[in-house]
Amino acid sequence: MEPLTWTGSIAFLNPLLMIALAVLILSILIWTIASIFLPEEQIIVNSDGSVSSSGGVRGLIQLVLNYSFLASVGLAVAYLVLGVLMGTSAGIVGAISQQFMPVWVALIIMFAMSIAFKRRLGLYGKLYDSPIGMIGFGLVMFWVFTGIFGALDLIVTHDPLVQISGMKNKVPGTPLPNLEDGQYAWYLLGGDNLARDVFSRMIKGAWVVVQIAPLATMFAFMVGITLGLPAGYYGGRLDTFLSFLANLILAFPVILLFYLLVTPEIVATGVPNYMAAVLFVFPILFIGVLLNSRYYTRPNFRTPLLIGVLGVAIWLYLSLISTDGYIINTEAYRIWGLPTYLDLFDIPGGILVVFVSVVFVNSPTVFRIVRGLALDIKTRDYVAAAQTRGEGPWYIMLWEILPNARGPLIVDFCLRIGYTTILLGTLGFFGLGLPPESPDWGSTINEGRKLLSIYLHPALPPAFALLSLVLGLNLLADGLREESLKD
Amino acid sequence: MGLFILRRFGVMLLTALCLTFVVFFLTNLYPNLEKLAKTQGNQRMSDEQVEAWLDNRGYLQPTLVKYGQWLGVMPGFQKTLDDGQFVGTCTRPGSTAEDTARYCGVLQGDWGYSTVFKDEVGTIVGKRLGNTGYLMFWVLVLMVPSALIVGVLAGMREGSALDRSLSTFSIITTATPEYVSGVIFIAIFTSSTVGLKWFKGTATQAMENPTFENFFLPVLTIALYGMGYIARMTRASMTEVMTAQYIRTARLKGVSFPNIVMKHALRNALIAPFTVIMLQFPWLLNGVVIVETLFNYKGFGWALVQAAGNNDIQLLLAISVVSVFVVLITQLISDIGYVYLNPRIRIS
Repeated sequence: MEPLTWTGSIAFLNPLLMIALAVLILSILIWTIASIFLPEEQIIVNSDGSVSSSGGVRGLIQLVLNYSFLASVGLAVAYLVLGVLMGTSAGIVGAISQQFMPVWVALIIMFAMSIAFKRRLGLYGKLYDSPIGMIGFGLVMFWVFTGIFGALDLIVTHDPLVQISGMKNKVPGTPLPNLEDGQYAWYLLGGDNLARDVFSRMIKGAWVVVQIAPLATMFAFMVGITLGLPAGYYGGRLDTFLSFLANLILAFPVILLFYLLVTPEIVATGVPNYMAAVLFVFPILFIGVLLNSRYYTRPNFRTPLLIGVLGVAIWLYLSLISTDGYIINTEAYRIWGLPTYLDLFDIPGGILVVFVSVVFVNSPTVFRIVRGLALDIKTRDYVAAAQTRGEGPWYIMLWEILPNARGPLIVDFCLRIGYTTILLGTLGFFGLGLPPESPDWGSTINEGRKLLSIYLHPALPPAFALLSLVLGLNLLADGLREESLKD
Repeated sequence: MGLFILRRFGVMLLTALCLTFVVFFLTNLYPNLEKLAKTQGNQRMSDEQVEAWLDNRGYLQPTLVKYGQWLGVMPGFQKTLDDGQFVGTCTRPGSTAEDTARYCGVLQGDWGYSTVFKDEVGTIVGKRLGNTGYLMFWVLVLMVPSALIVGVLAGMREGSALDRSLSTFSIITTATPEYVSGVIFIAIFTSSTVGLKWFKGTATQAMENPTFENFFLPVLTIALYGMGYIARMTRASMTEVMTAQYIRTARLKGVSFPNIVMKHALRNALIAPFTVIMLQFPWLLNGVVIVETLFNYKGFGWALVQAAGNNDIQLLLAISVVSVFVVLITQLISDIGYVYLNPRIRIS
């Protein structure tokens, strides 16, 4: 097999792309600098009542910028489309875009459906009015789909853990030495220092993030909301105490906390299991109080609802915290948990401790945000109206204050998923928690950096993957903020 | 004001006590002690030998007693082993029962003895903090002015071309954690593959002989991540000020735009970023740990990683005390500075 070049037979597009990009960058620079010096466009009112503005130099630069942007995007799409059609004959770019086929299909379907029905989709639909939000959402969903399809083994070309001899530190596009049946013939992004496929590891790494980050952020929000609302609403001693605790955790440097919590020794003592048992109670409390405060006036409906929902929630909770029939299983002592035949899923100790510490680090910040919002909103008239109606405090907190605080909370949720992704990367970077052969981006960056001065390809793909996902989340948050402010 | 500061100091001490106790508790869990015994004594010790080793050195006393000893409110643990070796919490290798103090804790100014570096914790922390302080100084010199300039330029005309370009730039920098930007910088500027070789990929020599070549990349890496956030906050505060009534009045009076920005808007717009810069310190501390590991610069963050990786209890405690005080003092400064800078709060 021939080694693959980057663009293969579509290399004729390269000079075009170079020109388009150069013009784009140049025009952005001129556009930015010119906006300081050039006068604003003059708007002239014509005698017939219509207005017209002079194009001038500003307009010209804007025009160049627009066209060069369109040209760059068009060329990038051309690379991808040609790649999907031609596969490996279009080089590494072609092969990769062909591998990503299911992701493209899913993205196109999602965007087409959402744009078609955007007027009926509320805040989510409004996202499609803001280009920034759309770009961000596209980036995020790209990695979400990559994670999901990667976990289904649709995108990966090789097993991310298998080492193939002769492929150590090989550059992108190197063919395998002894090709077996059904094996993909190239390492698309080269091999790492243990001769594993960098491309497949990057794809599998997306799944680690997609699995943990949103869920951990959601748990942190549940904890933060359940504690922050009463702290802000009641104030007084409770507020002082909870704020002190939150500040205590926030005063810890995050990395020191990770080094103390996420070690095999600590896992052996069962401390993370205790923390999991405490932290994971909050979602149950939250759901229970949420439903009870709304429906307690209709006991006939409330009681079966609560029994059903809480039953499922407690079952999930118990199967989450118990492993092999024990909640805590150390050498010294053990505490019985759910029997194995009722246990829905087991979480390995390494993952659990990562999950717990990420929730633990994030929840004080959420607490502070929610508390601040509750302090602000509780002085509003509708809260006073609810108090006059004689509603209970929890009803007011969860059904009057919380829905009205949703805008900043949704924006912060997106930002916080990004921050959690960064934290997960940090953990991997220091080799904490996740097993050393794990394909997550932090660990791969950490492995790749050791040989960085000679081989670039093992470290850069996961670095850019992490960068683009977090960037997408930040852009999405910006778009959401913009759109929610328009209400 | 005096009472306020006094109260804050009280809270600070309480926080530091609580945090050091948490660190103390976590590092003194049995599996951690076992690891310590095996690295200090012998990797192949049996369980009984580990227990005897720990017991002889006072590690198996109740946690509160040990914490009291570390604080210096309880007499230190002492024991003469069967082979005549004198050990205890206050002893150093080679010291005897006579020249060992009864109390040796933080209150006596004794931070303990590092089991990894085989040296006094006080000297290690001082030296490492010096290195990191130097790094931080240059980070601040680079980060704060550039972040403020970017923020003010972006915020003075909301929605302009300049605003959009600079905002995109600051979003990108906030989305790039240090271990990503550091790796990208090392790849581009130092590797033989790209061939630019403008800078050095490690900052090991920067400890004795810092030059632009070996010191700029670590500084840039930390500064970039913190910069985006400060710039965005400055931009938000600047746009808010620029829509205020008095700015409109100034425009209507015919004051030129540069004058409006420099004389009317800037001072009010810089109140909020000041708080943000101060609250940015805990994050900088994280960045320092990552960057010092990445560039092999032996500072405070590097010492933290070494201490935590080897369960060096007393060094870890000293490090957490220092970092907690850095965080809390910057919070205090930001509160006081906010009141001082903002006359509306000071007068009312």
